[in-house]
Amino acid sequence: MKITLHVWRQKNATSKGGMETYVVDGVSADMSFLEMLDMLNEQLIAEGKEPIAFDHDCREGICGTCSLMINGVAHGPDSGTTTCQLHMRSFQDGDAIHIEPWRSRAFPVIRDLVVDRSAFDRIIQAGGFISINAGGAQDANNLPIPKPDSDAAMDAAACIGCGACVASCPNGSAMLFVAAKIGHLAHLPQGQPERAMRARNMVAQMDAEGFGACSNHYECEAVCPKEIPVKFIAKMNRDFMKASLCSES
Amino acid sequence: MSLGTTMKSSIGAKVLMAITGILLSLFVVGHMLGNLQVFLGPEKLNHYAETLQGLGPILWVIRFGLLTILLLHIGAAFRVTRMSKAARPVDYHQRKDLATSFAARTMMVSGVLLLLFVVYHILHFTTHTIDMAGVGELHDAEGRHDVYGMVVGGFQHLPTTAIYILAMLVLCVHLSHGVSSLLQTLGVRKESNASTVDKIGPIFASIIFIGNVSMPLAIFIGLIS
Repeated sequence: MKITLHVWRQKNATSKGGMETYVVDGVSADMSFLEMLDMLNEQLIAEGKEPIAFDHDCREGICGTCSLMINGVAHGPDSGTTTCQLHMRSFQDGDAIHIEPWRSRAFPVIRDLVVDRSAFDRIIQAGGFISINAGGAQDANNLPIPKPDSDAAMDAAACIGCGACVASCPNGSAMLFVAAKIGHLAHLPQGQPERAMRARNMVAQMDAEGFGACSNHYECEAVCPKEIPVKFIAKMNRDFMKASLCSES
Repeated sequence: MSLGTTMKSSIGAKVLMAITGILLSLFVVGHMLGNLQVFLGPEKLNHYAETLQGLGPILWVIRFGLLTILLLHIGAAFRVTRMSKAARPVDYHQRKDLATSFAARTMMVSGVLLLLFVVYHILHFTTHTIDMAGVGELHDAEGRHDVYGMVVGGFQHLPTTAIYILAMLVLCVHLSHGVSSLLQTLGVRKESNASTVDKIGPIFASIIFIGNVSMPLAIFIGLIS
């Protein structure tokens, strides 16, 4: 396969970037998208040019490090799939592919396609945890959790924090991410003592980071590689309003 | 957390927009049901209009309340829009929409058009400042303000009828996203009822559209005269 790539290049956080065009020949349909980029980078290095910087780590679809806006869709055309699990068989010989970094005020571009997603870390630090004294694990049956609750908690916990929800949202909102993190712990007994505080603090941090507001386009749900549903946003809204207006602290 | 701080947050602004949206939607329903009395003849409609006018100070309380609700709705919309614009300072060269709708993408446009229509509507039927059809001030046999004659006269005029029908189309688009969206914002939408909730907006909007458009259309084609 011969692929033409239009890639966002930007030297550093302060420089002005732009789209550049590259042609990669001899791409195998069995290659992953990132392997295709590796191939391009080897080509660029051989030509004495600067390789394209992009985020990747596990390449198994579980770490949440890879990103990329591929032809205008976060993580590319395959639904429920991270960029690292996307394969070139999803494209045709002769295709032109546009690759851009996530665009959000809260995710500044560091270089080329790499963005700084530490805003998500700060949201987690604001309340995405439970404060317990870790000791010997108690017997699992001491803490009964109804099956629907544990299933819902696991659905939310599937979030890998990649930021595709923010990248695809017309409003640059991070609500699906924050809702998944709040919803995960809100479904479990361990999450109850700090539930109200968690909802208030995580939403406040989300707003402070400069993410947009949700207007229910549901683009986030459509691109989420873990297919986290927007019902968690509805649940977060309930939790937040209850925590803000009804709790004493 | 105070109510003010809560409402200033991104979720608070959305909830404020949703609650004011419910109240405005209820007003739209009441307004439509009241006006549909045009099909029952001049006696019913003029009596209804006189009853409303007869409310005196209460009418002004209702008007002031509606204006406050409208201003809160608009204020929340501008806040949400400003937050969203600021959240993406550098736009994509290419971004594809996968799930959203025309109505959802154009809420601000339809909202601003509706605001302009509300101003026109008040200048037309409440203050009579605009009278393109040349109907003038009418009074019925009992000396009441002849709302029936005013409405029938107004909608025998093509441009007036066209403006009202187009405005109702815009209202239909706005409500079709707005009503489903507010149910999600207020936390009503769940996995089990998602498809129903997503249909409530378009169905509600269609009922309002059919009800409101039936009046100018019936008058224009001569079913009511």
